[in-house]
Amino acid sequence: MALLQISEPGMSAAPHQHKLAVGIDLGTTNSLVATVRSGLSSVLADEQGHALLPSVVHYAADNTIEVGFAAQKKLNLDPHNTIVSVKRFMGRGLQDIDISQLPYHFTETSGMLQIDTRAGVKSPVEVSAEILKALKTRAEEALGGELVGAVITVPAYFDDAQRQATKDAARLAGLNVLRLLNEPTAAAVAYGLDNASEGTYVIYDLGGGTFDISILKLTRGVFEVLATNGDSALGGDDFDQRIFCWILETAKLSPRNAYDMRLLLSKAREAKEWLTEHAEANVSCMLSDGEYVNVTLTTQEFINLTATLVQKTLAPTRKAMRDAGLEISDIQGVVMVGGATRMPQIRKMVAEYFKQAPLTNLDPDKVVALGAAIQANVLAGNKSDADLLLLDVIPLSLGLETMGGLAEKVIHRNSTLPIARAQEFTTYKDGQTAMSIHVVQGERELVSDCRSLARFELRGIPPMVAGAARIRVTFTVDADGLLSVSARETSSNVEANITVKPSYGLSEDEITNMLKASFTSAEIDKKARMLAEARVEASAIIEAVKAALSADSALISVEEVQTIEAEIAKLEVIALTEDAEAIHQAVEALNHATEAFAAARMDASVKLALSGKELNTLDL
Amino acid sequence: MSNTSNYFELFELNPAFNIDVATLETNFRKIQSESHPDRFVTATSTEKLQSMQLATLANEAYQTLKQPANRAKYLLEQHGITAIADTNTAMPADFLMQQMEWREAMEDAVSEKDIAVLEKLLLEMRTEAKRLSIELSHLIDEQHDYAAATASTRKLIFIDKVCADILKAIEKLED
Repeated sequence: MALLQISEPGMSAAPHQHKLAVGIDLGTTNSLVATVRSGLSSVLADEQGHALLPSVVHYAADNTIEVGFAAQKKLNLDPHNTIVSVKRFMGRGLQDIDISQLPYHFTETSGMLQIDTRAGVKSPVEVSAEILKALKTRAEEALGGELVGAVITVPAYFDDAQRQATKDAARLAGLNVLRLLNEPTAAAVAYGLDNASEGTYVIYDLGGGTFDISILKLTRGVFEVLATNGDSALGGDDFDQRIFCWILETAKLSPRNAYDMRLLLSKAREAKEWLTEHAEANVSCMLSDGEYVNVTLTTQEFINLTATLVQKTLAPTRKAMRDAGLEISDIQGVVMVGGATRMPQIRKMVAEYFKQAPLTNLDPDKVVALGAAIQANVLAGNKSDADLLLLDVIPLSLGLETMGGLAEKVIHRNSTLPIARAQEFTTYKDGQTAMSIHVVQGERELVSDCRSLARFELRGIPPMVAGAARIRVTFTVDADGLLSVSARETSSNVEANITVKPSYGLSEDEITNMLKASFTSAEIDKKARMLAEARVEASAIIEAVKAALSADSALISVEEVQTIEAEIAKLEVIALTEDAEAIHQAVEALNHATEAFAAARMDASVKLALSGKELNTLDL
Repeated sequence: MSNTSNYFELFELNPAFNIDVATLETNFRKIQSESHPDRFVTATSTEKLQSMQLATLANEAYQTLKQPANRAKYLLEQHGITAIADTNTAMPADFLMQQMEWREAMEDAVSEKDIAVLEKLLLEMRTEAKRLSIELSHLIDEQHDYAAATASTRKLIFIDKVCADILKAIEKLED
């Protein structure tokens, strides 16, 4: 017999109140948002009932920004200002992209390419943020409240630059990112929890623009990724492109303008989708100069055109199997994810390779968002008996440039996250006080064949004879798969400690400027934003520490409890002021005061877990 | 617990080469269930930092104890022996010969672009690795002969290295 709990206005919500958290699948072609309601994960549809939001952004002449179906309608009318498949540009420079067939005007700025639209130069991060904003609005309207956070999915094979760009886009859209989650892992969660499966499963995920293969071991709610591989520039778009080229060739068309290119690409996509259930597809349309196109593509021709693309997914599949140390016979099931896996030739190839029919009982378009929502619900703290745990890996090795332009691997691909690795370096000249460090990601031996993530100079090394200094460079990759690097001189008392963010990440100022630019009336300035963030931070920590005290205060002395309570009281008073810096300092003080308590709690919970008892059964 | 530096203690295992892998896996999952950063998304930054540290330690410890070569190397370190040092790479003559044969077989297969031969070679090396593992459990757990164990560990580490090279070669040929 539960009593209704009503909190005072302005006070933090009761600890058991359901927190609004969503999972977002930010796809190349379509994006979705899902949430867990009454224990069930479901996709949130728009007012017209559409679950999918086309990942299309249109910058209109009247300064408005359209997203989704409205933008998609402008695709053939206004191709230069209608951005599709922006995910392919995330964290990428001009040298990474084949721009010859794209109707956009590109410019390169500090690593990541940008697109020149009538609304100004837009980075892929800003375009993606528009899609995320639309989904955020959809979710908040459907759920009737502000979101506490979101899990955003990324292709497992995304490198650090692409992940960082995705996280920046979410921040720009005003979303609190609970976690970046790998798409195949999200799919496994949706699938595994539905079927209560145990064993080793393969997730074959061919989306609009990316291909991932992940191998997971499922054991009582623990999803352990054994290996992942993929191709972050291979997807359904490439199949459209093959048909597009075939149309140009078959209809003997001369080079076309942007309008015709868009039209023919749309027709190519329609033909591809039609061929999933039909033996032949007719392509007919009128081009801008009045020329009429009318050609017919048969299934067999389509299979021949795309055979190399289908084969291209096999090499990453083999690599992942080998990295996991598994044979085909070890695989319990193969789950198909991504709209492109609807193509019969894909299903046939997968069935032949794994010697079993792939599992297709969940909608391949929705399964990633559904899984992300389940994880968001757990991370937000709605599920107290959190028996779901995801242990994911880093998809690509991290290394440092050494003499001769060679990459020395520091963290190997498929290492379980989080991970930290340290490497020691020394000086090669007497009295050398600086050292340049270059961090790269990839499997190739030459630095020039890997992706450059960060370059930085470590200064302030005490002058010593060559070889005497000991510089310890530590790589840390967190549960989002994001890297930070710190360096320290260990042989002397002098410590040069720095933390580097990879070069594609946006700085705090850049984010603030972009946010500012997005509010026409400039109602939010940096100061107000910092105060708001400091208050959120304060109320979050107060809530967390109070909950911890009410559960486990017996682990520490009465005096320690009193000290912590005094810090809480101080922070509660300071949080009412307008001084963001003071609030921040009080938060730090409270954090500091809880160090011993946090350690005691962690020890106690691990000991309990090892002794075979469940912590939450004791809480009752 | 979170301050423990001994990987065996962390997983409540006896410090031995021959370990119960099922217990290692189960206890690894239990520790991760309590310490993984996913459990601390809404926690204080102090708790987040501790979670990150313990989860990282558990991953590192798990990888070390799971791989036989790493486990042997770690056990020997506990006895003050560095299995692989820059100055300490002597190998028995017959093993050196065997090494050269494997390397040559690998290079021949690479120039012939023969993946099947490479896979056969891989199988052969893994069989040898299994034999060395059995040898190591006798040397370390029963005979406490750490000098002999060091030699076998070096062989095992070498075999792992060649296996990695063969895998890389296969990957290159497939690309």
